[in-house]
Amino acid sequence: MNPSDYLSAALMIAGAVFFLAGTLGLLRFPDVYSRLHALTKADNVGLGLVVMGLAVQAESWAVVGKLLLIWLLVLLAGASVAHLIARGALERGIKLWRR
Amino acid sequence: MEALTLLHWTFDILLGLGLLWLGWRVLTSPDLFNAIVLFVAFGLLMALAWVRLDAPDIALAEAAIGAGLTGALLLAAFAKLRTVEKNHDIAGQLEKGKLENRSFQWWPATFLLVVAAGLGHTVLSLPHYATGLSAEVSANLKSSGVSNPVTAVLLNFRGYDTLLEMVVLLLALLGVWSISGSALPREAAPGPILDTLSRLLTPVLILVAAYLLWVGAHAPGGAFQAGAVLGAAGVLLLLSGWRLSSHLAGLPLRIILVAGPVAFVAMAVFTMLTGGQFLEYPRAEAGTLILFLETAATLSIGTTLAALFLGERPKNKREYP
Amino acid sequence: MSAAFLFALVGVGLFSLGLYALIVHAHLLRKILAINVMGSGVFLVLVALAKRTGESQPDAVPHALVITGIVVAVSATALALTLMLKLTAETGRAELPEDQGK
Repeated sequence: MNPSDYLSAALMIAGAVFFLAGTLGLLRFPDVYSRLHALTKADNVGLGLVVMGLAVQAESWAVVGKLLLIWLLVLLAGASVAHLIARGALERGIKLWRR
Repeated sequence: MEALTLLHWTFDILLGLGLLWLGWRVLTSPDLFNAIVLFVAFGLLMALAWVRLDAPDIALAEAAIGAGLTGALLLAAFAKLRTVEKNHDIAGQLEKGKLENRSFQWWPATFLLVVAAGLGHTVLSLPHYATGLSAEVSANLKSSGVSNPVTAVLLNFRGYDTLLEMVVLLLALLGVWSISGSALPREAAPGPILDTLSRLLTPVLILVAAYLLWVGAHAPGGAFQAGAVLGAAGVLLLLSGWRLSSHLAGLPLRIILVAGPVAFVAMAVFTMLTGGQFLEYPRAEAGTLILFLETAATLSIGTTLAALFLGERPKNKREYP
Repeated sequence: MSAAFLFALVGVGLFSLGLYALIVHAHLLRKILAINVMGSGVFLVLVALAKRTGESQPDAVPHALVITGIVVAVSATALALTLMLKLTAETGRAELPEDQGK
């Protein structure tokens, strides 16, 4: 293994940790809004780290560009869908969680 | 290397168990809506399984169609079902759908255990090495005009499969159109976010479809995946309230719907008239012809999938009063 | 035993689960879900067995068949869902009528 392998392994493991944290939040948080919060934030960073880890291994800049494009598209779709779900929940009268 | 093999085995076994568990949850979840969402998750896990089985072409198709479009179809039907049942004033129906699967039925379960054991035994008694047709495919790959073996099989060696498959899609659409009648003009306003998202994503999705179509000649991708992405763009547009203009809903829509099968049949007739077999392309031009056929097929598949999602036949100009 | 056979067995399991649910459930949307799970099981068996070539490149013919199959499955699902909605609109129930003998 050369140094770039270690770098991409470290980045991808860090990404997996963020995914794990986001999934934990999805399962454990009390209401739909805080679940969305955990999911979108943590998973977007996690995917960003995985994409960076893969970009280190990429054969050409074109592949790096495609990887970044995938990340941007997921960011766009994730943010929009989270907004739509939260708005739908509000319209149905689901209350915000208060301690 | 030993540790890596162990890791692969652990992953494969976890994936297999995950698939079975999700499959079971899809089929037994007390809430129908939950069952549909679990089915989408099941489709995504299937896509992972395809990657593990060295089938990236199928993984792309599964993620776009098996999880994406089927999920959208199921959710749309679920929403319509709720409205229909409300109109019928039988509010208990969906609740009933919730409860009826509580009881475990012994006779079907025993029968299915026997069936599963028999099938499992059959699968395990198959030879451990079987080359199938892979030798023939790789021997003839050079003359097929493309270098992705799956595309070569779909569009060249077994082109008639793809032709008939597009006819099946059209027949399904004919069935859906004849049952559900023609569409009302659009009702609800979609909201700014979905509107902006669809405006941003539609050009990107069209570009991705074109890319998948082009790259299918030598890498995973091709007409089906590209058509699925086009269909997804159509679904997104339909969800955000867009409807086909009534000027285009008549003949122009139908021309695009039949473009794929017609291109195939024309090609078949042409190759037979020029002395070849059914769909036997001249070798020098095979790559170009396949790209041409795939383009027509992509347009037809994408439009048909979006039309299947809409369900009702779009009204053309003459039908408006 | 190899990964191919592992996934083939998972496919058999999914097919059987789907068939059980198809028999047991009365609600038509659940029956449609069950048929889709059964189809996934069949596809899994086909593609898993295509991996037995002993080389890095699996047999491409079953792969092509399964891609065709996925598209046919989605169109069949769309038709089935439309039929279900029509039946529900006519009868008010998303279920098939009981047998006369019962």
